[in-house]
Amino acid sequence: MGMTLTEKILARHAGLERVEPGQIINARVDLVLANELSAAVSIGVMRSIAGADRVFDPEKIALVEDHFVPAKDAQSANLAKMMKDFAREQNVKHFYDVGRGGIEHVVLPEEGLIAPGEAIVGGDSHTCTFGALGAFATGMGSTDIAAAFILGEVWLRVPPTIKIVYRGKLREMVFAKDLMLQTIGMLGIDGATYCAIEFHGPTVDELSITGRITMANMAIEAGAKNGIFHADAKTIAYVRERTSREFVVERADGDAAYQRVVEIDVDRLEPQIACPHTPDNVRSVTEVTREDIPLDQVFIGSCTNGYIEDLRVVAAMLAGKKIASNLRVIVNPGSQAVWMQAAEEGILTTLAGAGCAVNTPGCGACFGGHMGTLGDGERCLSTTNRNYVGRMGSPKAEVYLGSPATCAASALTGKITDPRIVSAVGV
Amino acid sequence: MERRLRGFAHKYGKNVDTDVIIPGKYCNLVDPAELGKHALEGLDPEYAVRMKPGDIVVADTNFGCGSSREVAPIALKGAGTAAVIAKSFARIFYRNALNIGLPIFESVEAVDGIETGDELEVDSTAGTVRNLSKGTSYKAVAFPPFMQSLIEAGGLKPYVERRLAEKKSG
Repeated sequence: MGMTLTEKILARHAGLERVEPGQIINARVDLVLANELSAAVSIGVMRSIAGADRVFDPEKIALVEDHFVPAKDAQSANLAKMMKDFAREQNVKHFYDVGRGGIEHVVLPEEGLIAPGEAIVGGDSHTCTFGALGAFATGMGSTDIAAAFILGEVWLRVPPTIKIVYRGKLREMVFAKDLMLQTIGMLGIDGATYCAIEFHGPTVDELSITGRITMANMAIEAGAKNGIFHADAKTIAYVRERTSREFVVERADGDAAYQRVVEIDVDRLEPQIACPHTPDNVRSVTEVTREDIPLDQVFIGSCTNGYIEDLRVVAAMLAGKKIASNLRVIVNPGSQAVWMQAAEEGILTTLAGAGCAVNTPGCGACFGGHMGTLGDGERCLSTTNRNYVGRMGSPKAEVYLGSPATCAASALTGKITDPRIVSAVGV
Repeated sequence: MERRLRGFAHKYGKNVDTDVIIPGKYCNLVDPAELGKHALEGLDPEYAVRMKPGDIVVADTNFGCGSSREVAPIALKGAGTAAVIAKSFARIFYRNALNIGLPIFESVEAVDGIETGDELEVDSTAGTVRNLSKGTSYKAVAFPPFMQSLIEAGGLKPYVERRLAEKKSG
Protein backbone atom coordinates (compact mmCIF):
# COMPACT_ATOMS: atom_id res chain seq x y z
CA MET A 1 0.00 0.00 0.00
CA GLY A 2 1.33 3.43 -0.93
CA MET A 3 1.39 6.64 1.03
CA THR A 4 -0.51 9.93 0.78
CA LEU A 5 1.35 13.20 0.21
CA THR A 6 1.31 14.04 3.93
CA GLU A 7 2.53 10.55 4.86
CA LYS A 8 5.39 10.81 2.34
CA ILE A 9 6.61 14.11 3.77
CA LEU A 10 6.26 12.96 7.37
CA ALA A 11 8.05 9.66 6.70
CA ARG A 12 11.05 11.48 5.23
CA HIS A 13 11.16 13.94 8.13
CA ALA A 14 10.96 11.09 10.62
CA GLY A 15 13.72 9.17 8.85
CA LEU A 16 11.38 6.24 8.20
CA GLU A 17 10.64 4.19 5.08
CA ARG A 18 6.93 4.53 5.66
CA VAL A 19 4.41 5.77 8.19
CA GLU A 20 0.78 4.88 8.81
CA PRO A 21 -2.15 6.93 10.13
CA GLY A 22 -2.23 6.87 13.93
CA GLN A 23 1.50 6.21 14.25
CA ILE A 24 3.38 8.53 16.65
CA ILE A 25 6.55 9.89 15.09
CA ASN A 26 9.31 12.37 15.86
CA ALA A 27 9.54 14.59 12.81
CA ARG A 28 12.38 16.94 12.00
CA VAL A 29 11.11 20.40 11.04
CA ASP A 30 12.49 22.76 8.39
CA LEU A 31 11.03 25.93 9.91
CA VAL A 32 9.42 26.94 13.20
CA LEU A 33 7.18 30.02 13.17
CA ALA A 34 5.80 32.19 15.95
CA ASN A 35 4.19 35.62 16.33
CA GLU A 36 4.52 38.00 19.25
CA LEU A 37 1.64 36.41 21.17
CA SER A 38 2.62 32.76 20.77
CA ALA A 39 6.37 33.49 20.96
CA ALA A 40 6.05 35.32 24.27
CA VAL A 41 4.63 32.19 25.90
CA SER A 42 7.12 29.91 24.07
CA ILE A 43 10.08 32.01 25.24
CA GLY A 44 8.90 31.70 28.86
CA VAL A 45 8.57 27.92 28.46
CA MET A 46 12.02 27.67 26.85
CA ARG A 47 13.58 29.61 29.74
CA SER A 48 12.11 27.09 32.18
CA ILE A 49 13.63 24.05 30.46
CA ALA A 50 16.95 22.94 31.86
CA GLY A 51 19.80 23.08 29.36
CA ALA A 52 17.78 24.87 26.68
CA ASP A 53 19.87 27.99 26.14
CA ARG A 54 19.85 28.12 22.34
CA VAL A 55 17.37 27.51 19.54
CA PHE A 56 18.24 24.46 17.44
CA ASP A 57 19.09 26.52 14.35
CA PRO A 58 18.76 30.34 14.18
CA GLU A 59 18.24 30.14 10.40
CA LYS A 60 15.17 27.90 10.79
CA ILE A 61 13.12 30.09 13.09
CA ALA A 62 10.77 32.81 11.81
CA LEU A 63 9.39 35.42 14.22
CA VAL A 64 6.78 37.83 12.89
CA GLU A 65 5.12 40.73 14.70
CA ASP A 66 1.57 40.75 13.39
CA HIS A 67 -1.21 40.35 15.96
CA PHE A 68 -1.44 43.57 17.97
CA VAL A 69 0.51 45.75 15.51
CA PRO A 70 1.44 48.55 15.62
CA ALA A 71 1.39 47.90 19.37
CA LYS A 72 -2.09 48.45 20.75
CA ASP A 73 -0.95 49.23 24.28
CA ALA A 74 2.03 48.87 26.62
CA GLN A 75 1.23 45.22 27.32
CA SER A 76 1.27 44.38 23.59
CA ALA A 77 4.43 46.42 23.11
CA ASN A 78 6.08 44.43 25.88
CA LEU A 79 5.27 41.13 24.15
CA ALA A 80 6.69 42.43 20.86
CA LYS A 81 9.79 43.66 22.68
CA MET A 82 10.24 40.30 24.35
CA MET A 83 10.21 38.59 20.93
CA LYS A 84 12.56 41.15 19.41
CA ASP A 85 15.04 40.78 22.29
CA PHE A 86 14.86 36.99 21.94
CA ALA A 87 15.46 37.23 18.18
CA ARG A 88 18.55 39.34 18.82
CA GLU A 89 19.87 37.14 21.63
CA GLN A 90 19.45 33.97 19.55
CA ASN A 91 20.58 35.54 16.23
CA VAL A 92 17.26 34.53 14.65
CA LYS A 93 17.68 35.27 10.96
CA HIS A 94 14.05 35.69 9.96
CA PHE A 95 12.68 38.33 12.33
CA TYR A 96 10.06 40.70 10.91
CA ASP A 97 9.34 43.93 12.73
CA VAL A 98 6.34 46.12 11.98
CA GLY A 99 6.76 47.77 8.58
CA ARG A 100 9.07 45.06 7.28
CA GLY A 101 6.84 42.02 7.24
CA GLY A 102 3.10 41.78 7.69
CA ILE A 103 0.87 38.80 8.46
CA GLU A 104 3.08 35.76 9.12
CA HIS A 105 1.27 33.43 6.69
CA VAL A 106 1.44 36.01 3.90
CA VAL A 107 5.07 36.91 4.56
CA LEU A 108 6.70 33.48 4.75
CA PRO A 109 5.72 32.21 1.27
CA GLU A 110 6.54 35.65 -0.20
CA GLU A 111 9.99 35.55 1.36
CA GLY A 112 10.81 32.10 -0.02
CA LEU A 113 10.80 30.49 3.41
CA ILE A 114 8.38 27.75 2.37
CA ALA A 115 9.14 25.11 -0.28
CA PRO A 116 7.46 21.89 -1.44
CA GLY A 117 8.13 18.79 0.64
CA GLU A 118 9.14 20.75 3.73
CA ALA A 119 7.70 20.37 7.24
CA ILE A 120 6.75 23.53 9.11
CA VAL A 121 5.19 24.05 12.52
CA GLY A 122 3.90 27.39 13.75
CA GLY A 123 2.43 28.92 16.86
CA ASP A 124 -0.70 29.94 15.02
CA SER A 125 -3.56 27.74 13.86
CA HIS A 126 -3.42 29.12 10.30
CA THR A 127 0.08 27.72 9.78
CA CYS A 128 -1.76 25.16 7.62
CA THR A 129 -1.72 27.90 4.92
CA PHE A 130 1.70 26.70 3.72
CA GLY A 131 0.24 23.43 2.45
CA ALA A 132 -0.65 25.48 -0.63
CA LEU A 133 2.98 25.07 -1.73
CA GLY A 134 3.10 21.30 -1.18
CA ALA A 135 4.58 21.47 2.31
CA PHE A 136 3.34 19.78 5.48
CA ALA A 137 2.44 22.62 7.83
CA THR A 138 0.45 22.61 11.05
CA GLY A 139 -0.39 24.94 13.93
CA MET A 140 0.47 24.19 17.54
CA GLY A 141 0.38 25.89 20.92
CA SER A 142 3.28 27.70 22.50
CA THR A 143 4.68 24.85 24.61
CA ASP A 144 4.93 22.59 21.54
CA ILE A 145 6.55 25.47 19.65
CA ALA A 146 9.05 25.96 22.48
CA ALA A 147 9.96 22.27 22.16
CA ALA A 148 10.42 22.75 18.40
CA PHE A 149 12.59 25.87 18.97
CA ILE A 150 14.86 23.76 21.14
CA LEU A 151 14.85 20.36 19.45
CA GLY A 152 14.09 21.12 15.81
CA GLU A 153 11.63 18.27 15.92
CA VAL A 154 8.08 17.62 17.09
CA TRP A 155 6.13 14.55 18.06
CA LEU A 156 3.16 14.02 15.78
CA ARG A 157 0.40 11.53 15.28
CA VAL A 158 0.33 10.73 11.55
CA PRO A 159 -3.07 11.94 10.35
CA PRO A 160 -5.39 9.93 8.12
CA THR A 161 -5.93 11.79 4.83
CA ILE A 162 -9.20 12.93 3.29
CA LYS A 163 -8.86 13.35 -0.48
CA ILE A 164 -11.07 15.99 -2.05
CA VAL A 165 -11.35 16.06 -5.84
CA TYR A 166 -12.78 19.20 -7.48
CA ARG A 167 -14.05 19.01 -11.05
CA GLY A 168 -15.51 21.64 -13.32
CA LYS A 169 -14.92 25.29 -14.05
CA LEU A 170 -15.58 28.11 -11.60
CA ARG A 171 -18.16 30.56 -12.92
CA GLU A 172 -17.66 34.29 -13.05
CA MET A 173 -17.42 35.92 -9.60
CA VAL A 174 -16.87 32.52 -7.96
CA PHE A 175 -13.45 32.17 -6.30
CA ALA A 176 -11.26 29.84 -4.26
CA LYS A 177 -12.86 31.32 -1.13
CA ASP A 178 -16.31 30.19 -2.26
CA LEU A 179 -14.94 26.73 -3.04
CA MET A 180 -13.44 26.42 0.43
CA LEU A 181 -16.47 27.80 2.25
CA GLN A 182 -18.60 25.25 0.43
CA THR A 183 -16.12 22.50 1.38
CA ILE A 184 -16.17 23.49 5.07
CA GLY A 185 -19.97 23.65 5.00
CA MET A 186 -20.01 20.13 3.63
CA LEU A 187 -17.38 18.67 6.00
CA GLY A 188 -18.53 20.56 9.13
CA ILE A 189 -16.22 22.31 11.58
CA ASP A 190 -15.08 19.04 13.09
CA GLY A 191 -15.44 17.01 9.89
CA ALA A 192 -11.70 16.74 9.35
CA THR A 193 -10.47 16.80 12.96
CA TYR A 194 -7.04 15.11 13.27
CA CYS A 195 -6.99 14.58 9.47
CA ALA A 196 -4.97 15.86 6.55
CA ILE A 197 -6.94 17.27 3.62
CA GLU A 198 -5.33 16.61 0.22
CA PHE A 199 -6.76 18.87 -2.49
CA HIS A 200 -6.99 17.41 -6.00
CA GLY A 201 -8.64 17.85 -9.36
CA PRO A 202 -8.66 19.98 -12.49
CA THR A 203 -10.43 22.89 -10.76
CA VAL A 204 -7.66 23.39 -8.21
CA ASP A 205 -4.97 22.72 -10.83
CA GLU A 206 -6.31 25.85 -12.54
CA LEU A 207 -6.17 27.94 -9.36
CA SER A 208 -3.38 30.46 -8.82
CA ILE A 209 -1.00 30.02 -5.88
CA THR A 210 -3.02 32.68 -4.05
CA GLY A 211 -6.24 30.71 -4.58
CA ARG A 212 -4.60 27.58 -3.19
CA ILE A 213 -3.32 29.61 -0.22
CA THR A 214 -6.88 30.75 0.53
CA MET A 215 -8.06 27.13 0.54
CA ALA A 216 -5.20 25.59 2.55
CA ASN A 217 -5.51 28.46 5.04
CA MET A 218 -9.04 27.39 5.99
CA ALA A 219 -8.33 23.64 6.39
CA ILE A 220 -8.24 24.25 10.16
CA GLU A 221 -11.83 25.54 9.91
CA ALA A 222 -12.86 21.92 9.32
CA GLY A 223 -10.62 20.87 12.23
CA ALA A 224 -7.85 19.51 9.97
CA LYS A 225 -4.25 19.14 11.04
CA ASN A 226 -3.08 20.28 7.62
CA GLY A 227 -4.35 20.99 4.12
CA ILE A 228 -2.06 20.23 1.19
CA PHE A 229 -1.79 20.60 -2.58
CA HIS A 230 0.65 18.81 -4.88
CA ALA A 231 3.36 21.14 -6.11
CA ASP A 232 3.12 21.70 -9.88
CA ALA A 233 4.90 23.91 -12.42
CA LYS A 234 3.15 26.99 -10.98
CA THR A 235 4.36 26.13 -7.48
CA ILE A 236 7.92 25.48 -8.60
CA ALA A 237 8.01 28.77 -10.52
CA TYR A 238 6.63 30.67 -7.49
CA VAL A 239 9.18 29.15 -5.11
CA ARG A 240 12.14 29.39 -7.51
CA GLU A 241 11.55 33.14 -7.88
CA ARG A 242 12.11 33.43 -4.15
CA THR A 243 14.77 30.93 -3.09
CA SER A 244 17.63 28.88 -4.48
CA ARG A 245 17.33 26.37 -1.61
CA GLU A 246 17.14 22.67 -2.55
CA PHE A 247 13.79 20.95 -1.94
CA VAL A 248 12.20 17.59 -2.65
CA VAL A 249 8.86 17.51 -4.44
CA GLU A 250 6.82 14.59 -3.10
CA ARG A 251 3.76 12.99 -4.71
CA ALA A 252 1.07 10.78 -3.23
CA ASP A 253 1.34 7.19 -4.45
CA GLY A 254 -1.31 5.96 -6.85
CA ASP A 255 -2.34 3.28 -4.37
CA ALA A 256 -2.30 5.53 -1.29
CA ALA A 257 -4.96 4.75 1.30
CA TYR A 258 -7.37 7.58 2.05
CA GLN A 259 -9.79 7.75 4.95
CA ARG A 260 -12.33 8.88 2.37
CA VAL A 261 -12.54 10.46 -1.05
CA VAL A 262 -14.95 13.33 -1.64
CA GLU A 263 -15.86 14.48 -5.17
CA ILE A 264 -17.10 18.02 -5.67
CA ASP A 265 -18.53 19.33 -8.94
CA VAL A 266 -18.09 23.10 -9.11
CA ASP A 267 -19.81 23.90 -12.41
CA ARG A 268 -22.94 25.19 -10.69
CA LEU A 269 -21.27 26.61 -7.59
CA GLU A 270 -22.47 30.07 -6.59
CA PRO A 271 -20.71 32.58 -4.33
CA GLN A 272 -20.92 31.25 -0.77
CA ILE A 273 -21.41 32.94 2.60
CA ALA A 274 -20.65 31.55 6.07
CA CYS A 275 -23.37 32.93 8.34
CA PRO A 276 -23.03 33.56 12.09
CA HIS A 277 -21.61 31.97 14.24
CA THR A 278 -19.58 29.10 12.78
CA PRO A 279 -17.53 28.83 9.56
CA ASP A 280 -19.53 25.76 8.50
CA ASN A 281 -22.90 27.58 8.58
CA VAL A 282 -22.56 28.08 4.83
CA ARG A 283 -25.28 29.07 2.35
CA SER A 284 -25.27 30.31 -1.22
CA VAL A 285 -25.42 34.05 -1.77
CA THR A 286 -28.80 33.60 -3.48
CA GLU A 287 -30.24 32.05 -0.36
CA VAL A 288 -28.65 34.58 2.00
CA THR A 289 -29.79 37.61 -0.02
CA ARG A 290 -33.46 36.53 -0.04
CA GLU A 291 -33.74 38.92 2.88
CA ASP A 292 -31.95 42.23 3.33
CA ILE A 293 -28.94 41.95 5.63
CA PRO A 294 -27.64 45.50 6.17
CA LEU A 295 -24.02 45.84 7.24
CA ASP A 296 -22.07 48.14 9.55
CA GLN A 297 -18.62 47.05 8.40
CA VAL A 298 -16.93 45.26 5.53
CA PHE A 299 -13.45 43.95 6.19
CA ILE A 300 -11.03 42.97 3.43
CA GLY A 301 -7.72 41.39 4.34
CA SER A 302 -6.19 38.64 6.55
CA CYS A 303 -4.05 35.57 5.87
CA THR A 304 -7.04 34.18 3.92
CA ASN A 305 -7.67 37.03 1.49
CA GLY A 306 -5.13 39.80 2.03
CA TYR A 307 -3.22 39.19 -1.21
CA ILE A 308 -2.65 41.42 -4.23
CA GLU A 309 -5.04 39.35 -6.36
CA ASP A 310 -7.76 39.92 -3.77
CA LEU A 311 -7.16 43.67 -3.67
CA ARG A 312 -7.21 43.83 -7.49
CA VAL A 313 -10.67 42.25 -7.55
CA VAL A 314 -11.96 44.70 -4.94
CA ALA A 315 -10.35 47.74 -6.61
CA ALA A 316 -11.80 46.82 -10.00
CA MET A 317 -15.29 46.72 -8.49
CA LEU A 318 -14.95 49.92 -6.44
CA ALA A 319 -13.08 52.01 -9.03
CA GLY A 320 -14.75 55.40 -9.50
CA LYS A 321 -17.56 54.52 -7.06
CA LYS A 322 -18.38 55.28 -3.45
CA ILE A 323 -19.15 52.78 -0.72
CA ALA A 324 -22.65 52.94 0.79
CA SER A 325 -23.16 55.60 3.44
CA ASN A 326 -24.41 53.21 6.13
CA LEU A 327 -21.15 51.29 6.53
CA ARG A 328 -17.39 51.56 6.85
CA VAL A 329 -14.92 49.47 4.86
CA ILE A 330 -11.56 48.51 6.32
CA VAL A 331 -8.90 47.14 3.99
CA ASN A 332 -5.80 45.49 5.36
CA PRO A 333 -3.19 44.45 2.78
CA GLY A 334 -1.63 41.20 4.05
CA SER A 335 1.99 42.26 3.99
CA GLN A 336 4.30 45.16 3.37
CA ALA A 337 5.04 43.74 -0.08
CA VAL A 338 1.31 43.51 -0.91
CA TRP A 339 0.82 47.05 0.39
CA MET A 340 3.64 48.38 -1.81
CA GLN A 341 2.43 46.50 -4.88
CA ALA A 342 -1.09 47.84 -4.29
CA ALA A 343 0.35 51.34 -3.95
CA GLU A 344 2.26 51.00 -7.22
CA GLU A 345 -0.83 49.80 -9.06
CA GLY A 346 -2.89 52.69 -7.70
CA ILE A 347 -5.13 50.29 -5.79
CA LEU A 348 -4.73 52.05 -2.45
CA THR A 349 -5.79 55.36 -4.00
CA THR A 350 -8.79 53.71 -5.67
CA LEU A 351 -9.89 52.15 -2.39
CA ALA A 352 -9.32 55.28 -0.31
CA GLY A 353 -11.13 57.31 -2.97
CA ALA A 354 -14.15 55.02 -2.66
CA GLY A 355 -14.23 55.71 1.07
CA CYS A 356 -12.31 52.72 2.43
CA ALA A 357 -9.93 53.00 5.38
CA VAL A 358 -6.67 51.35 4.35
CA ASN A 359 -4.66 50.01 7.28
CA THR A 360 -1.17 48.73 7.75
CA PRO A 361 -0.77 44.91 7.50
CA GLY A 362 -1.74 42.92 10.58
CA CYS A 363 -4.12 40.36 12.13
CA GLY A 364 -5.85 42.75 14.55
CA ALA A 365 -9.32 43.11 13.07
CA CYS A 366 -9.76 39.41 12.25
CA PHE A 367 -9.42 38.23 15.86
CA GLY A 368 -11.02 41.21 17.61
CA GLY A 369 -7.66 42.53 18.72
CA HIS A 370 -7.72 46.08 17.37
CA MET A 371 -7.89 48.16 14.15
CA GLY A 372 -11.47 47.27 13.23
CA THR A 373 -13.20 45.81 16.27
CA LEU A 374 -17.00 45.45 16.16
CA GLY A 375 -19.40 46.99 18.69
CA ASP A 376 -22.62 45.60 20.21
CA GLY A 377 -25.21 44.66 17.62
CA GLU A 378 -22.93 45.47 14.68
CA ARG A 379 -22.84 43.26 11.60
CA CYS A 380 -19.77 42.67 9.43
CA LEU A 381 -19.09 40.87 6.16
CA SER A 382 -15.48 39.82 6.12
CA THR A 383 -12.95 38.04 3.91
CA THR A 384 -11.43 36.43 7.04
CA ASN A 385 -11.66 32.82 8.20
CA ARG A 386 -13.66 32.68 11.45
CA ASN A 387 -16.99 34.04 12.63
CA TYR A 388 -17.38 32.60 16.11
CA VAL A 389 -19.23 34.61 18.77
CA GLY A 390 -17.05 37.57 19.70
CA ARG A 391 -14.41 36.75 17.09
CA MET A 392 -14.16 40.32 15.78
CA GLY A 393 -15.07 42.13 18.98
CA SER A 394 -18.39 42.31 20.82
CA PRO A 395 -20.06 38.95 21.55
CA LYS A 396 -23.24 40.74 20.45
CA ALA A 397 -21.85 41.39 16.94
CA GLU A 398 -22.45 39.17 13.89
CA VAL A 399 -19.78 38.15 11.38
CA TYR A 400 -20.49 36.77 7.90
CA LEU A 401 -17.64 35.40 5.76
CA GLY A 402 -17.37 35.76 1.99
CA SER A 403 -15.01 36.36 -0.91
CA PRO A 404 -13.37 39.72 -1.66
CA ALA A 405 -15.78 40.14 -4.61
CA THR A 406 -18.83 39.54 -2.42
CA CYS A 407 -17.40 42.00 0.10
CA ALA A 408 -16.79 44.64 -2.60
CA ALA A 409 -20.33 44.26 -3.99
CA SER A 410 -21.77 44.53 -0.50
CA ALA A 411 -19.64 47.60 0.27
CA LEU A 412 -21.34 49.38 -2.63
CA THR A 413 -24.90 48.53 -1.62
CA GLY A 414 -24.54 48.54 2.17
CA LYS A 415 -26.05 45.07 2.52
CA ILE A 416 -24.96 41.54 1.66
CA THR A 417 -25.03 41.46 -2.13
CA ASP A 418 -24.43 38.95 -4.91
CA PRO A 419 -21.25 40.09 -6.72
CA ARG A 420 -22.64 38.77 -10.02
CA ILE A 421 -25.38 41.41 -9.95
CA VAL A 422 -22.92 44.24 -9.34
CA SER A 423 -20.53 43.04 -12.02
CA ALA A 424 -23.38 42.71 -14.54
CA VAL A 425 -25.17 46.01 -14.05
CA GLY A 426 -22.85 48.13 -11.95
CA VAL A 427 -24.11 50.04 -8.93
CA MET B 1 -1.65 15.98 38.17
CA GLU B 2 -3.91 15.47 41.21
CA ARG B 3 -5.24 11.96 41.16
CA ARG B 4 -8.70 12.75 42.52
CA LEU B 5 -10.54 15.85 41.40
CA ARG B 6 -13.81 16.89 42.98
CA GLY B 7 -16.04 19.75 41.93
CA PHE B 8 -19.32 20.91 40.49
CA ALA B 9 -20.18 20.67 36.79
CA HIS B 10 -20.76 23.62 34.43
CA LYS B 11 -22.20 22.19 31.24
CA TYR B 12 -22.01 23.72 27.74
CA GLY B 13 -22.85 22.69 24.18
CA LYS B 14 -20.77 21.66 21.19
CA ASN B 15 -17.98 23.58 19.40
CA VAL B 16 -16.94 25.71 22.38
CA ASP B 17 -14.27 27.61 20.45
CA THR B 18 -11.14 29.34 21.73
CA ASP B 19 -12.59 32.76 20.84
CA VAL B 20 -15.26 32.31 23.52
CA ILE B 21 -12.90 30.55 25.96
CA ILE B 22 -10.63 33.61 25.92
CA PRO B 23 -11.62 36.44 23.55
CA GLY B 24 -8.81 37.81 21.33
CA LYS B 25 -8.65 41.13 23.13
CA TYR B 26 -7.24 39.38 26.22
CA CYS B 27 -4.58 37.45 24.31
CA ASN B 28 -1.91 39.98 25.27
CA LEU B 29 -2.32 39.02 28.95
CA VAL B 30 0.21 36.59 30.39
CA ASP B 31 -0.75 36.17 34.06
CA PRO B 32 -2.90 33.01 34.45
CA ALA B 33 -4.97 34.61 37.23
CA GLU B 34 -5.73 37.66 35.04
CA LEU B 35 -6.60 35.42 32.10
CA GLY B 36 -8.73 33.34 34.46
CA LYS B 37 -10.97 36.35 35.20
CA HIS B 38 -12.10 36.18 31.55
CA ALA B 39 -12.36 32.40 31.13
CA LEU B 40 -15.35 31.47 28.95
CA GLU B 41 -16.36 35.15 28.88
CA GLY B 42 -17.61 35.00 25.30
CA LEU B 43 -19.99 32.16 26.10
CA ASP B 44 -20.87 32.60 29.77
CA PRO B 45 -19.65 35.94 31.20
CA GLU B 46 -20.64 34.79 34.70
CA TYR B 47 -18.54 31.60 34.66
CA ALA B 48 -15.43 33.11 36.26
CA VAL B 49 -17.58 34.75 38.94
CA ARG B 50 -19.89 31.83 39.64
CA MET B 51 -17.44 28.94 39.57
CA LYS B 52 -15.55 27.73 42.62
CA PRO B 53 -11.95 26.54 42.29
CA GLY B 54 -12.05 22.83 41.60
CA ASP B 55 -15.17 23.00 39.42
CA ILE B 56 -15.29 21.04 36.18
CA VAL B 57 -16.30 22.20 32.70
CA VAL B 58 -18.41 19.67 30.80
CA ALA B 59 -19.12 20.11 27.08
CA ASP B 60 -20.33 18.36 23.97
CA THR B 61 -18.17 17.64 20.87
CA ASN B 62 -15.17 19.57 19.46
CA PHE B 63 -14.25 21.51 22.60
CA GLY B 64 -11.53 24.12 21.97
CA CYS B 65 -11.86 24.42 18.20
CA GLY B 66 -10.35 27.40 16.38
CA SER B 67 -7.18 29.25 17.28
CA SER B 68 -3.98 27.69 18.66
CA ARG B 69 -3.85 30.17 21.56
CA GLU B 70 -2.39 28.36 24.53
CA VAL B 71 -3.91 31.03 26.76
CA ALA B 72 -7.28 29.22 26.27
CA PRO B 73 -6.45 26.26 28.55
CA ILE B 74 -4.29 28.60 30.70
CA ALA B 75 -7.34 30.85 31.28
CA LEU B 76 -9.52 27.89 32.28
CA LYS B 77 -6.84 26.62 34.64
CA GLY B 78 -6.11 30.14 35.90
CA ALA B 79 -9.77 30.52 36.88
CA GLY B 80 -9.43 27.38 38.99
CA THR B 81 -11.09 24.92 36.61
CA ALA B 82 -9.94 21.45 37.70
CA ALA B 83 -10.70 19.59 34.47
CA VAL B 84 -12.66 19.58 31.22
CA ILE B 85 -14.80 16.61 30.26
CA ALA B 86 -16.05 16.66 26.66
CA LYS B 87 -17.36 14.25 24.04
CA SER B 88 -14.36 15.21 21.88
CA PHE B 89 -11.65 17.87 21.66
CA ALA B 90 -10.16 19.87 18.79
CA ARG B 91 -6.59 18.70 18.26
CA ILE B 92 -4.54 21.82 19.07
CA PHE B 93 -6.50 22.43 22.29
CA TYR B 94 -6.01 18.78 23.25
CA ARG B 95 -2.22 19.06 23.01
CA ASN B 96 -2.17 22.47 24.69
CA ALA B 97 -4.27 21.32 27.64
CA LEU B 98 -1.98 18.36 28.29
CA ASN B 99 1.11 20.51 27.82
CA ILE B 100 0.06 23.11 30.40
CA GLY B 101 -1.38 20.57 32.83
CA LEU B 102 -5.14 21.07 32.48
CA PRO B 103 -6.64 17.58 32.88
CA ILE B 104 -9.02 16.67 30.06
CA PHE B 105 -11.24 13.64 29.63
CA GLU B 106 -13.17 12.33 26.66
CA SER B 107 -16.44 10.58 27.50
CA VAL B 108 -19.72 10.62 25.61
CA GLU B 109 -21.61 8.85 28.39
CA ALA B 110 -20.31 11.20 31.08
CA VAL B 111 -21.37 14.28 29.13
CA ASP B 112 -24.80 12.80 28.41
CA GLY B 113 -25.26 11.87 32.06
CA ILE B 114 -24.08 15.11 33.70
CA GLU B 115 -26.10 18.28 34.28
CA THR B 116 -24.92 21.69 35.45
CA GLY B 117 -24.64 21.68 39.23
CA ASP B 118 -23.92 17.94 39.57
CA GLU B 119 -21.08 17.17 41.94
CA LEU B 120 -18.38 15.11 40.23
CA GLU B 121 -15.38 13.15 41.34
CA VAL B 122 -12.79 12.29 38.70
CA ASP B 123 -10.11 9.68 39.21
CA SER B 124 -7.55 10.89 36.70
CA THR B 125 -5.42 7.76 36.85
CA ALA B 126 -8.26 5.32 36.36
CA GLY B 127 -10.06 7.65 33.93
CA THR B 128 -13.37 7.33 35.77
CA VAL B 129 -15.94 10.01 36.47
CA ARG B 130 -18.37 9.57 39.37
CA ASN B 131 -21.50 11.67 39.44
CA LEU B 132 -22.06 12.03 43.18
CA SER B 133 -25.35 13.86 42.70
CA LYS B 134 -26.86 11.12 40.54
CA GLY B 135 -25.01 8.12 41.96
CA THR B 136 -23.73 7.07 38.53
CA SER B 137 -20.26 6.60 37.12
CA TYR B 138 -18.74 6.80 33.66
CA LYS B 139 -15.54 5.73 31.94
CA ALA B 140 -13.32 8.16 30.00
CA VAL B 141 -11.48 7.14 26.83
CA ALA B 142 -7.93 6.10 27.70
CA PHE B 143 -5.12 8.29 26.40
CA PRO B 144 -3.03 6.75 23.61
CA PRO B 145 0.06 5.05 25.16
CA PHE B 146 2.48 7.76 23.99
CA MET B 147 0.39 10.53 25.55
CA GLN B 148 -0.02 8.50 28.73
CA SER B 149 3.79 8.24 28.97
CA LEU B 150 4.10 12.01 28.45
CA ILE B 151 1.57 12.66 31.21
CA GLU B 152 3.29 10.21 33.55
CA ALA B 153 6.67 11.81 32.86
CA GLY B 154 5.20 15.14 34.04
CA GLY B 155 4.36 16.73 30.69
CA LEU B 156 6.26 17.92 27.65
CA LYS B 157 9.01 19.81 29.51
CA PRO B 158 10.67 16.76 31.11
CA TYR B 159 10.30 14.99 27.74
CA VAL B 160 12.15 17.85 26.00
CA GLU B 161 14.86 17.85 28.68
CA ARG B 162 15.40 14.13 28.11
CA ARG B 163 15.48 14.48 24.28
CA LEU B 164 17.89 17.40 24.58
CA ALA B 165 20.21 15.36 26.79
CA GLU B 166 20.03 12.45 24.30
CA LYS B 167 20.89 14.78 21.41
CA LYS B 168 23.78 16.42 23.26
CA SER B 169 25.26 13.06 24.20
CA GLY B 170 25.01 11.49 20.89
